[in-house]
Amino acid sequence: MASVSMTVNGKAVSGEVDPRTLLVQYLRETLRLTGTHVGCDTSQCGACVVHVDGQAVKACTMLALQCEGADVLTIEGLANGAELHPMQAAFREHHGLQCGFCTPGMIMTAVDMVHRLGNDLPETTIREELEGNLCRCTGYHNIVKSIAAGARDMAASPMRQAAE
Amino acid sequence: MAANGTGIGARVLRLEDRRFLTGRGRYTDDINRDGQLHASFLRSPHAHARIRSIDVAAAATMPGVEAVYTGRDFRKVDAFDALTDEDVGGLICGWMIHSKDGSPMKAGAHPALAKDVVRYVGDHVAVVVARTLREAQDAAEAIVVDYDVRPSVTDVAKARAPGQPEVHEGIAGNTVFEWEIGNKAETEAAFASAAHVTRIDLTNNRLVPNPMEPRVAIGEYDPGEEAWTLHTTSQNPHVARLILSAFVGLAPEHKLRVVAPDVGGGFGSKIFVYAEEVVCLWAARRLKRPVKWTSDRSEAFLADAHGRDHVTRAELATDAEHRITGLRVHTTANLGAYLSTFASSVPTYLYATLLSGQYAIPAIHAEVDAVYTNTAPVDAYRGAGRPEATFVVERLVEVAARELGLDPVAFRRRNFVRSFPHQTPVIMSYDAGDYDAALTKALEMADTAGFAARRADSERRGRLRGLGYSAYIEACGIAPSQAVGSLGAGVGLWESAEVRVNPTGNIEVLTGSHSHGQGHETTFAQLVSDRLGVPIDAVKIVHRDTDKVQFGMGTYGSRSGAVGMSAVAKALDKVIAKGRKVAAHVLEASEQDIEFKDGAFTVAGTDRSLGFADTALQAYVAHKFNGSELEPGLKEGAFYDPTNFTFPAGVHICEVEIDPATGVTTIERFTAVDDFGNVINPMIVEGQVHGGIAQGVGQALMEGARYDETGQLVTASFMDYAMPRAHDLPEIAIGMTVTPCPSNPLGIKGCGEAGAIAAPPAVINAVTDALGHEDIAMPATPAAVWRAVRARALPMAAE
Repeated sequence: MASVSMTVNGKAVSGEVDPRTLLVQYLRETLRLTGTHVGCDTSQCGACVVHVDGQAVKACTMLALQCEGADVLTIEGLANGAELHPMQAAFREHHGLQCGFCTPGMIMTAVDMVHRLGNDLPETTIREELEGNLCRCTGYHNIVKSIAAGARDMAASPMRQAAE
Repeated sequence: MAANGTGIGARVLRLEDRRFLTGRGRYTDDINRDGQLHASFLRSPHAHARIRSIDVAAAATMPGVEAVYTGRDFRKVDAFDALTDEDVGGLICGWMIHSKDGSPMKAGAHPALAKDVVRYVGDHVAVVVARTLREAQDAAEAIVVDYDVRPSVTDVAKARAPGQPEVHEGIAGNTVFEWEIGNKAETEAAFASAAHVTRIDLTNNRLVPNPMEPRVAIGEYDPGEEAWTLHTTSQNPHVARLILSAFVGLAPEHKLRVVAPDVGGGFGSKIFVYAEEVVCLWAARRLKRPVKWTSDRSEAFLADAHGRDHVTRAELATDAEHRITGLRVHTTANLGAYLSTFASSVPTYLYATLLSGQYAIPAIHAEVDAVYTNTAPVDAYRGAGRPEATFVVERLVEVAARELGLDPVAFRRRNFVRSFPHQTPVIMSYDAGDYDAALTKALEMADTAGFAARRADSERRGRLRGLGYSAYIEACGIAPSQAVGSLGAGVGLWESAEVRVNPTGNIEVLTGSHSHGQGHETTFAQLVSDRLGVPIDAVKIVHRDTDKVQFGMGTYGSRSGAVGMSAVAKALDKVIAKGRKVAAHVLEASEQDIEFKDGAFTVAGTDRSLGFADTALQAYVAHKFNGSELEPGLKEGAFYDPTNFTFPAGVHICEVEIDPATGVTTIERFTAVDDFGNVINPMIVEGQVHGGIAQGVGQALMEGARYDETGQLVTASFMDYAMPRAHDLPEIAIGMTVTPCPSNPLGIKGCGEAGAIAAPPAVINAVTDALGHEDIAMPATPAAVWRAVRARALPMAAE
């Protein structure tokens, strides 16, 4: 066992882990933050995307130990209390989710996309940027619309960027 | 529509979204029970082998291991907790098909854990139960199995050939059944007198459903209550409970609770009862500890039921006036190594009964031979038989039109069914539709008039452009119980509902339907809001738990609107009738004079009225009537059994551009015009169409499960099996036409599968139109298209 400490959703956490524990296993099994999902075993689906030090990361590709001292943001930490993050609200408004399983990873990817590329995202850019996220329900049609709208809304509502 | 804007037809945002958006959904893998152990399965690495011996000694002593079980241990437990000599019951197939000679289908034994023989790569050999998943996985690797590897067969086209190995010893020619439907003599006569016969050979490629949430099962046993609980990723928890108790024999039905909480997509693959569910329940009883198994994606590829996998020869006879006079089909369907829960119904009654398409065809004869192979079981996947039928009909009609030099649109119109009800030669009686209307609207939306100019532009750029149509019909709302019973179904296919009005006036609706992405918590609540005139947030939809909902048949076959909501509507009618009695007592009026409108019971012609919530309160306080006149309370239940299938239909048009240098096909436009009857929530319906089309496009251009000659699944990860990603798909234009369904009280037809049914032939008709020849199979990958281009020496872009 090895000890690890990091900040998750603004809270300091620490503990002993089996060194082979992946970040996604640490989040789901140890911290019981089950909003981050596991949809594959080849880092293809993107259901486990979280932010590590402000960057989108597939939590199945990092060991928990690699996050020593890091600042981790998961889907559970995105909303501001009862108020949905603009990207979450946009997914609801544009029916960008059906079964909801890929949704946390989609939203974390989308927020990262806005941080990197700005608030005016052409549809083709969004589709290319979703290369690492699979959805089987929506045909992506409404996810693309949700992200475009969410990106615009994030410009109007900078609360989250300020928090990060 | 309800005055509050949340009734039938309103674009209501989903009530269930918040928990999914904030990471607070509760999927089965998110559940952990006190004292829980973890299971890891050892799976067969061979497609076909006899198990000589299994040595679990090393595995059993590894850290954290509580137990290792093989097929030899998998026996029933008696009241004193001892293993008996009787094996646990095998998994069953719930639909009996008889061959044309009258013999019943040949169902090979389907044990949850293999005893002597393994029959596909991924078959269940042993299970380790340990304190942690990692310990279970480590120990599973330490099990030593001595296999006597046998020859295997995986190709559907070869399964019946002489000299092929028998998947189940004694089932000759690997033949499950040889079934037929329609009228052979009339069909042969039609072909004998035909002016033209079109003949095509088709493959309907094998697909892996791949809902994003892999399967999970948590078995629990309470020794005090002598009761079991199974949390599982199911589309139909009550059906699972029935099979596990009545057939597998693990627990009596009243002592077994099955809960299917938030489920991350199903597409058919979570209808079935699987080995892992059986093993986790059984092991929980043995160990008196909860036992959890979570599939990884590799296991999902290997052991979830796959879909499709047909090879077909189809022929269409036309007369001199270009009217279709006959259709003849021979299909061989791969059912895999074992018969999954509803496997036998898919290539028979869910397939060949739709072979008339939207066309008036006087004579149809179809033969279906179902075969065993050394592959994962094949069962229902989105559309289940209807995509296969539509692919046959719409490819055949398209090719016939091209051979005859006719406009494919005109040829279709010439043969459309136009009067209803229309009895086809293959059981179905179409109740309502307007196929011309959908076609006309689709042509307009797709701007087919401008296609020639767009094609010319593509040609100038060295690209090939094609246009493809698909005029599909499907049968949903399964199904009238008596009808399916006469066809071999082991269950009735009605649905149940219970409406509980609380004293404070809010409402719980219990339904046997199960939502795993469809948004029932919103659409079912819309129906209640509409009928009772109450705010939508006063309604809670209760589903997914056999301890809460008495019984139900679950969600598949686009049945939840037409059947599930019809049951709710029926129960709501009873609630209103009871409420009228209560209000009559309170308002001191005759029951006949009470009207229910806009959420209130009113004495006709007066301003005396009682709101719905007040009526509920009065029903429970029961001060205004005595028990001999009226029972207190406001709770009603209903079972709804449909009178017919429903028949959604429509036209999808696909326009593609092919780069002949690379073989890459780009979908430039995709237009879908569907008639789903009345629509509860257009936003959700459109989402269903988008998703269905994505899966249909995936089948047409990208997806294909492949086994190699040794029976290894070579497409067993998302790196090898091409699921559509966002940039593979176009924007989708959606239109609707409406002919209300006359067979249910809400006029609903169902929308969940249309896209997956309609899209494949639309895409392939477009690709073949672009290529200028018909010789391309699904999936039309860039490599396949490039080879097709080369074979015909079409002009290269670079030249």
